[in-house]
Amino acid sequence: MSKKRLIQGNEACAHAALYAGCNFYAGYPITPSSEVMEILSYEMPKLGRTFIQMEDEIASISAIIGAAWGGAKTLTATSGPGFSLMQEGIGYASITETPCVIVNCQRWGPSTGQPTKGAQGDVMQSIWGTHGDHAIIVVTASTVRDAFDMTVKSFNFAQQYRVPIVLLMDEVLAHMRENIDWPEPGDIEVIDAKRPADVKTYKPFANDEFLPFGQGARYHITGLAHGAEGFAVSDEAAARELKRMVGKVQDHVRDLALHDRYMLDDAELAIISYGITSRPAQSAVDLLRAQGIRAGLLSLKTLWPFPDFLIDEVAERVDTIVVPELNMGQLVREIGRAANGRSQVIPVSRIDGHLLTPAQIADAAVAPFATSAGKTLGKVVRS
Amino acid sequence: MSDNYRKFLRTSQLPHVWCPGCGDGMIVKALLEAIGELNLDQNKIAVVSGIGCSGRTPFILDFNTMHTTHGRALAFATGIKLANPELRVFAIMGDGDASAIGGNHFIHACRRNLDITALVFNNGIYGLTGGQLAPTTPVGKRSTTSTMGSIEQPFDLVRLALGAGAGFVARTTSFDHKQLTSYIKRAILHKGFSFVDILTSCPTYFGRMNDVAEPYDMVHYLRDTSSPLHDCTCGESEQPKAEVMPTGIFREEERADYEALYKQKIASASGKRSAS
Repeated sequence: MSKKRLIQGNEACAHAALYAGCNFYAGYPITPSSEVMEILSYEMPKLGRTFIQMEDEIASISAIIGAAWGGAKTLTATSGPGFSLMQEGIGYASITETPCVIVNCQRWGPSTGQPTKGAQGDVMQSIWGTHGDHAIIVVTASTVRDAFDMTVKSFNFAQQYRVPIVLLMDEVLAHMRENIDWPEPGDIEVIDAKRPADVKTYKPFANDEFLPFGQGARYHITGLAHGAEGFAVSDEAAARELKRMVGKVQDHVRDLALHDRYMLDDAELAIISYGITSRPAQSAVDLLRAQGIRAGLLSLKTLWPFPDFLIDEVAERVDTIVVPELNMGQLVREIGRAANGRSQVIPVSRIDGHLLTPAQIADAAVAPFATSAGKTLGKVVRS
Repeated sequence: MSDNYRKFLRTSQLPHVWCPGCGDGMIVKALLEAIGELNLDQNKIAVVSGIGCSGRTPFILDFNTMHTTHGRALAFATGIKLANPELRVFAIMGDGDASAIGGNHFIHACRRNLDITALVFNNGIYGLTGGQLAPTTPVGKRSTTSTMGSIEQPFDLVRLALGAGAGFVARTTSFDHKQLTSYIKRAILHKGFSFVDILTSCPTYFGRMNDVAEPYDMVHYLRDTSSPLHDCTCGESEQPKAEVMPTGIFREEERADYEALYKQKIASASGKRSAS
């Protein structure tokens, strides 16, 4: 941790990918994520790694999935419209249990929207964007150093669980510069997929072991419902396989639920936030504490699988949960469901392309009944 | 005719799903014979397909095989090939797969020139979904979504590939077995992107909708609507008659492939200082 570097979120993400051993990037330019690919286009050849600019985002996600089965650690980065195009490939990555990382620098939407304005509108799409029930892990970052760490952790999760990972950044974090402690090799653990002990008997969907093409086993990969050997199945076998795949992440929610706590131990009021909004949320805690209100912050880094158990702990102890988001209320629905009436859950929304301020969050927390935003989602769910 | 294709069949997945009289099985046999005659390493072959009748090909092939999404076979193949250049990569597509939903990936693969062999099983119709209009359906031909005959100008995939810059471009039919096998061999040996447009029969849908429902008649239809105009490397100057699909090798010109150019890029990049 000797070095300091002043860099932006997208740069941190690109360099973290290299740190994690990413050796294949495919992408298509889109604001506000393009710096990730610009940097990697320059850095990867120097390291003998592969960068390719594809013809669109569908091709990009397809190429990284193919490259994963070719033996590479793979990344693509995009933003809203490109992320929408990638949903087809994300579903394929999920059903084929392909380790890959998709960075989505969120921008104001829908459609072209406001390409240079930040937002957190893609939470639900990240979780549910592709069709059918499926396994996926969605994580976020709130600082530039966090963007670095979460990029490395995204690669680790992808390798460990063999699922596509969506790392949700946003336009502000993507372009914001901060002076960060630059991780040295070894500071952050880098995990690679388990390889099978015996390649001759390898079955691609028997467990989390991963053996790429051309390593001695010959097997089949398909987007059809399939069994351990990769060949099509239907009926009860298809249901069993789908449950297994979804269970891979849902059953490990406690291992996956990365989060930060700030002054939460004695809190009577909790703010639960994620991504860029955790920054004003933390300042809001300070504002509220200065007014004598014991506020605390639960900052979620992992949004999916949803960490119900963390919300449980908070909802047992506080009367009020405030959920600030740069959307019209997305994760607040999950939080309200998990709180299940034990606390009143207050959404705080901002959708003009700017960040919530600490004062806006604090005001919403102390005056829930004075604003139109003062819905009590938890209680609504219960009734 | 050699018999060494059988070792490449994944017999656990037989019988295949194709209809009686379908030309796809004949293409698969030619492909496997070509692979056998060239003594390619069975463990170093990756066969990628999209969605459609042709997409079912990898199921019955004992290689590393990947049945992907509709139209995207070449994009997946691009990733596989770049991640492991040791692999011989084949992309098997249908005509709708390659030129409708996957048209963008097709032209860019031609232009990009990775060492991938692309085979299009071109039956002029959407078979697996039940006989709908394809971008390759000839004018006037009927399908379940053009029951009064197509009014659309079809794609000539050969001219599309030539225009997009593919280095090896050929067309033949599924019934012309020797020529098909030899074209696939030449496509494999071609360093860079190679493409063979293989006109094949679909008696079940194309045939029944267009008065050639018997497999025998369907083969005759293919014979009558294709013509070996040339087998040369002189380019695309000679224009065929509109109603006849010319067969032959239209281009066989090697240029530096993507992998070679990327290696040069790596060599020139090493030692450059960091961007940030």
